[in-house]
Amino acid sequence: MDLASLFNCLASPGCILGQVIGALIIAMVLFLVASGLSLILGVLGVMNFAHGCLYMLGAYYTYTVVAHFGNFGLALLLAPIGVGITGVILERFFIKRVYGLPDLYQLLLTYAFILVLDDMAKLIWGIFDLSVPVPGWFRRPPIDIMGTLVPFYYLFIMLAGAALVLGIWFFLAKTKFGKIINAAATDPEMLMCVGMNVPLVYTSVFALGSVLAGLGGVIASPLRSIVPEMGNSIIIESFIIVVIGGMGNIIGTFLVALLFGLMRSFGILGFPFFELAFIYILMAVVLIIRPSGLFGRATV
Amino acid sequence: MKFILSNTWLLFLTAFLVVFPLAFPLLSFVNIVSEMLIMALFAVSLNLLIGYTGIISFGHAAFFAVGSYTVGIMLQKLSGSLPLAIPSVLLCAMIFSGIAALVIGYFCTRLTAIYFSFLTLAFSQIVYAVIIKWASFTGGDQGLIGGIPKPPLPFFGFPIDMTSPFSLYYLNVILTILSFFFLKIITDSPFGWILRSIRDNPERINFLGINVKRYQIIVFIISGVFTGLAGGLMALHLSGSYPDHAYWAKNAEPIFMIMVGGLRIFAGPILGSVIVTELSAYLSSYIQMRGLIFGGILVLLLMISREGILDVLAARWKAIKKANL
Repeated sequence: MDLASLFNCLASPGCILGQVIGALIIAMVLFLVASGLSLILGVLGVMNFAHGCLYMLGAYYTYTVVAHFGNFGLALLLAPIGVGITGVILERFFIKRVYGLPDLYQLLLTYAFILVLDDMAKLIWGIFDLSVPVPGWFRRPPIDIMGTLVPFYYLFIMLAGAALVLGIWFFLAKTKFGKIINAAATDPEMLMCVGMNVPLVYTSVFALGSVLAGLGGVIASPLRSIVPEMGNSIIIESFIIVVIGGMGNIIGTFLVALLFGLMRSFGILGFPFFELAFIYILMAVVLIIRPSGLFGRATV
Repeated sequence: MKFILSNTWLLFLTAFLVVFPLAFPLLSFVNIVSEMLIMALFAVSLNLLIGYTGIISFGHAAFFAVGSYTVGIMLQKLSGSLPLAIPSVLLCAMIFSGIAALVIGYFCTRLTAIYFSFLTLAFSQIVYAVIIKWASFTGGDQGLIGGIPKPPLPFFGFPIDMTSPFSLYYLNVILTILSFFFLKIITDSPFGWILRSIRDNPERINFLGINVKRYQIIVFIISGVFTGLAGGLMALHLSGSYPDHAYWAKNAEPIFMIMVGGLRIFAGPILGSVIVTELSAYLSSYIQMRGLIFGGILVLLLMISREGILDVLAARWKAIKKANL
């Protein structure tokens, strides 16, 4: 334990700001993956084990697009679409067939996808760490805020992230399509009775969830090294966020992702090596007090 | 006695496993069969949850690792100071994994279905993280290297040399077969039938006044204890414990074995273990594509039959019997 460095940091506004920004970056990536996971779970009732793999594919697609065209903006557009298409293929050809079957088959199927997709990534891109350079137009001197140097790319992530959180919330709560998604989550049969194409809704929700995970991968690719296993830890973290935040609750997901980021960036100062323990303790407490999650309504 | 006679296949299996190496002392046979038996014990214990109780743990690697590291660390630290070192550390492995299962099971059984599965996975990741980070105790990502000392086992005054792969093989045979018998007795007991009814209709069982959660925790602990034993035996077999034992990909193997062999028949996971272990030994030169091949087969299985070999055979057998009546 290293409480002194934690207190030292808490004594200086600059350090606090630096850690908060670090937390926001972690939270943004987690939010993107977890919200897609939450959406798919809420509407389709399928816990998509392979969601971390979609995030991983987002990062690899970015690498490929950047390597070929040298343009990160293009990757920001193409990679999520590519991940969305991958998701649609998985849903249309495989996951569709296990709807309504016991959980075991859904879990095993999406689990098998991890095995296959991880190895395919190894075959296509190799086992070594890849990296994507920070895009050119963000490579300018970092901004000095209260003595803390904030890279330009971080600012971009924070702004884009805030826009995305609001956008996803608005889309689900206020638009017609969002209402259809809510209806599909509550009563798919009734929705079918009023003439909606429910399988199409399912596919588009899966595509949307995949695009979100892919977007997470794109944003994370200049920050982290790209390896086939990168999806395996984020899927568990995202799941914990969904459990604590309450399934299908976008704002809850965001708040818990934020909490997760803060715990990690401050925890690593005071309790290096054990920073993740907090989030597990929080999860255990939440499960005992409110099994439906901090912000959840329905009982799990 | 009646029980033993009604499970003649286990007796035949035991007789074969005991006699064959006496007649043909092949090191390769002894090695691969040890691995098959250990993984079969892992898979059978896990199937107590998946096939019988209908709750799917994706985090059983945690108990496998607790067992494995208990044996590894205790033997390295105690080496030789205990007269019955190997049996005592194996017992400790079972006790510690049982305690771990009690704690993890207490939280996980508060949730149902997929939430349960993911929570078990999350807990196994904690165990994995502890193993990696607590390097001074566990050896970190290197694992417990340098070999595990195996003090001789006194047997009516004769010390048996446990470093010989053959005596280790017989230890594996005895302990796994005894565990199979014990687990078979459990699944055939009233307790086992309550587990099946929990799988088929938990609400109804709850209305009958049976505490579903309590049964789930108990079976979770039993399963964890025997998974821990399997882990302990694996540490002896490999003469080392590795963080890989706790990694979630380790869960894929027993689940795959259950799916291939059959999940409604007790012997299903055992057959699955034989097939999968043989297959992975055969595929060891394609280690890079293991996941691709296993995952591909799993997807195919799920798309086509959703049943293991013994499930299909048992259904056929029932149909034939019915037709003859």
